[in-house]
Amino acid sequence: MTYRSICPYARLPLDRGVAALVDGEQVAVFRTDGDELYAVSNLDPFSGAMVMSRGIVGSRGDRPTVASPVYKQVFDLATGVCLDDPTVRLRVHDVRVHDGIVEVAFQTEALSA
Amino acid sequence: MRKTLVVVGHGMVGHRLVELAVERGLTAEWDVVVHAAESVPAYDRVGLSSWFRGTTSAELSLVPEGFFDAPELDLRLGDPVVAVDVDARTVTSAAGTVTPYDALVLATGSTAFVPPVPGATGPGRLVYRTLDDLEQIAAAAAGKRAGAVVGGGLLGLEAADALRSLGLETTVVEFAPRLMPVQVDEAGGQALRRLVEGLGVRVRTSASTQAVEETGDRLRMVFAEGEPLEVDLVVFSAGIRPDDALARAAGLMTAERGGVLVDEACRASAPDVYAVGECASAAGRCWGLVAPGYDQAAVVVDRLLGGASSFEGADLSTKLKLMGIDVASFGDAHAETAGALELVWADPVAGDYRKLVVSDDTRTLLGGILVGDASAYPLLRPMCGTEIAGNPADLVLPAREGQPAGIGAAALPASAQVCSCRDVSKAEICSAVAQGGCRDVAGVKACTGAGTVCGSCVGLVQDLVRSELDAMGVSLSTALCEHFDLSRAEMFEVVRVKGIRTWSELLAEHGRGRGCDICKPTAASVFASVFNDHVLGGDKGSLQDTNDHMLANLQKDGTYSVVPRIPGGEVTPEHLIVIGEVARDFGLYTKITGGQRIDLFGARVEQLPLVWQRLVDAGMESGHAYGKSLRTVKSCVGSTWCRYGVQDSTTLAIELELRYRGLRSPHKVKMGVSGCARECAEARSKDVGIIATENGWNLYVGGNGGFRPRHADLFLSDVDTETLVRITDRILMLYVFTADRLQRTAPWIEGMEGGLEHLRAVVVDDTLGLCAELDAAMARHVETYRDEWAETLADPEKLARFTSFVNAPEVPDPSIAFVPERGQIRPARPDEKPLVAGPVLPIRELRSVRA
Repeated sequence: MTYRSICPYARLPLDRGVAALVDGEQVAVFRTDGDELYAVSNLDPFSGAMVMSRGIVGSRGDRPTVASPVYKQVFDLATGVCLDDPTVRLRVHDVRVHDGIVEVAFQTEALSA
Repeated sequence: MRKTLVVVGHGMVGHRLVELAVERGLTAEWDVVVHAAESVPAYDRVGLSSWFRGTTSAELSLVPEGFFDAPELDLRLGDPVVAVDVDARTVTSAAGTVTPYDALVLATGSTAFVPPVPGATGPGRLVYRTLDDLEQIAAAAAGKRAGAVVGGGLLGLEAADALRSLGLETTVVEFAPRLMPVQVDEAGGQALRRLVEGLGVRVRTSASTQAVEETGDRLRMVFAEGEPLEVDLVVFSAGIRPDDALARAAGLMTAERGGVLVDEACRASAPDVYAVGECASAAGRCWGLVAPGYDQAAVVVDRLLGGASSFEGADLSTKLKLMGIDVASFGDAHAETAGALELVWADPVAGDYRKLVVSDDTRTLLGGILVGDASAYPLLRPMCGTEIAGNPADLVLPAREGQPAGIGAAALPASAQVCSCRDVSKAEICSAVAQGGCRDVAGVKACTGAGTVCGSCVGLVQDLVRSELDAMGVSLSTALCEHFDLSRAEMFEVVRVKGIRTWSELLAEHGRGRGCDICKPTAASVFASVFNDHVLGGDKGSLQDTNDHMLANLQKDGTYSVVPRIPGGEVTPEHLIVIGEVARDFGLYTKITGGQRIDLFGARVEQLPLVWQRLVDAGMESGHAYGKSLRTVKSCVGSTWCRYGVQDSTTLAIELELRYRGLRSPHKVKMGVSGCARECAEARSKDVGIIATENGWNLYVGGNGGFRPRHADLFLSDVDTETLVRITDRILMLYVFTADRLQRTAPWIEGMEGGLEHLRAVVVDDTLGLCAELDAAMARHVETYRDEWAETLADPEKLARFTSFVNAPEVPDPSIAFVPERGQIRPARPDEKPLVAGPVLPIRELRSVRA
């Protein structure tokens, strides 16, 4: 698993997302509730638009969430599962801060199609 | 020893069978091998036409990512079964694998029927059945002008919709004297025809296609009567034929009119062989709908588990939305029951047709047809066969003004089936609420499955939940969401009285959790209404929905549209030129809005500040098209130019628009000012409408266009401009203070105890002593208004959000693609886009797994 540098940690706005381009793939990175970090696919599976980074973050029960800005489906940021339709899921990526730099790594699911 | 179930065919019914095998535990002892002829897993064939409107094949897929990863499931895509040996109990696939089975289910579906006329096959002649067919249709339609669909039934109209959305001049050719002859009667067919023609699709009924001739690079359709028709392509959608070739070759019995003959257990004429779905002839016929196929799948799984359920026919009721037109037919729609009576209500102008079939004593509902407005279908279908309480005419007449619709969920018998897809009765839903503890639709969906398939019963489920909670004495919570027990109005009061200015303070003192997409934008709106601070200031940026966050309107492809304010619709040539130059320089699609301004589409996030810098430099400001706030004050030219105008409507409209611009409110607010009673500004369809009189102005409130149109009610007559503005100030501010989240003024007033009279008492007679406060609040708003785009451009921190990629701000989003149309851009449809890199499409992952 290889971590790719994204940006300085300070570039992440609190309780919002940013989009990043990693190996040609769009990733949405969120900083929520102080210092929790999440990274998921930027593709909204319901609209097909690359917009998940622009969703509103929050929580449902204990789960950290992001809502699609298009049709408002809510996703669990930790697992990527859509809480309004569990048959749909966002890909989830590993994210960490290393030496003040946010880094993302793709989990080892089949990338090639 | 594990047993093997082989399923031949992975369509909707084949996949349902696999799902049921997993859900009901059959896979504890059985392995399931599925052979699919198509190269993609099961998809929603019913929703096929949405592919042309941009729904991707991935979105149509019925198979959740990872579903077939289970070791007991094996999906073999693109590898159809070519032979069945019922003696050796094996199947042989095209790839040459031989698989022994303990049970075999044929779910091969059907093929499109192409009438045997000369020239029915060849280039430009297509069918409409599979995703592959759609791709071929899209390819054949590229650059072409006209297309015809042979068949005016359900699939034919879907195919016509597809051709229409591909930009072709489309003609539907139907052999019968009307469209959808199976589902609707003559009058219903006429209503449907008017609606279809209203969409620009030509209709030829009683047309028997005799031949399709090639004329150069076009096609000429020749009919038994009438003029021939020149087109570029012909799509045959004239019915389906069961795909029973495999069964015939295996020596299984088939029905006279085709289809694998099966008994009530869906068993074919060889041991342990079953057939389900459109390839089967069950209970005397082939069933061309998905619901009976699902029932058959359930019967087979039950039998394999040792059960004794049986398939004895199905309800052929259907409700469809074809080209946006509702068509429903249920029960004995053609009044074939002896002595049956028909109750018909028709509005030929609106294209609304409703027919109910009742028993000869008018007591029992037998069936019906709805065309145009099928909203009563979910309620009527379950009432079929039951006694009607009250006058049956109430069931078919539209709701009259001032009266609620004649029927409600309470009228349904307990045994009535509410959700036909999942077979859930009213009693089950009520008990999920009463005993199961469900408190909302989402809970009932999760608990009973009702409303989870086609969704047409969700409104009815909602009514049932409400009436059941009422009956239990449980009052519906006004809490915004799980994070706040406050209603929007209560949150407004708390913020205003306590002077809470930040989200963190509000959440800490009155909420819990981290908030969500309901409470955060509500809080942001309340902060803006009360303090009129910048919507992106402090921690408020994190609360805003993407529209308010980007100060622009998100469109379906992830780009935004930009609307500069054009007060009262009055615009100088200089401003028009700047708007035109900006649109040209940034390549934006330009369209005039209904609110008399100009919308510029297709701007990427990183372009928004550049676009706005130009507009602001030219003296323009935000139009707040993205906000829940005042949109426009539409006007006519009034007495200044018009021969009939009696007051200066344009000046008043501009004055009002500049006064209320930027006022954040529970929902959007639209206004209009007409200079005379001819009402050219359509003011009575607005939240606040003003119509000039000889003596001054008439003020109307609570109008609404859109989904639930409503004319505004007269509130004041013949008042002067000062009174008009004062009262409008108070109405708007009271609305901001007290309305619910996303509640327009019409339901706000309707929901007030005392209604319009109460509103008048509060804002005119000041019976609550609120007016001074409302006046002060509006004065503060007017005084503190600033253009939020100009302020954003001046603040580097606020500008940081307008970045495509945090690690590659110079790279525009590569997923955004446009194609030219009528001299401008439009978003590329999925089939027009180069495949965007990304591993997220479940279909492609499955392919790679099984390759």
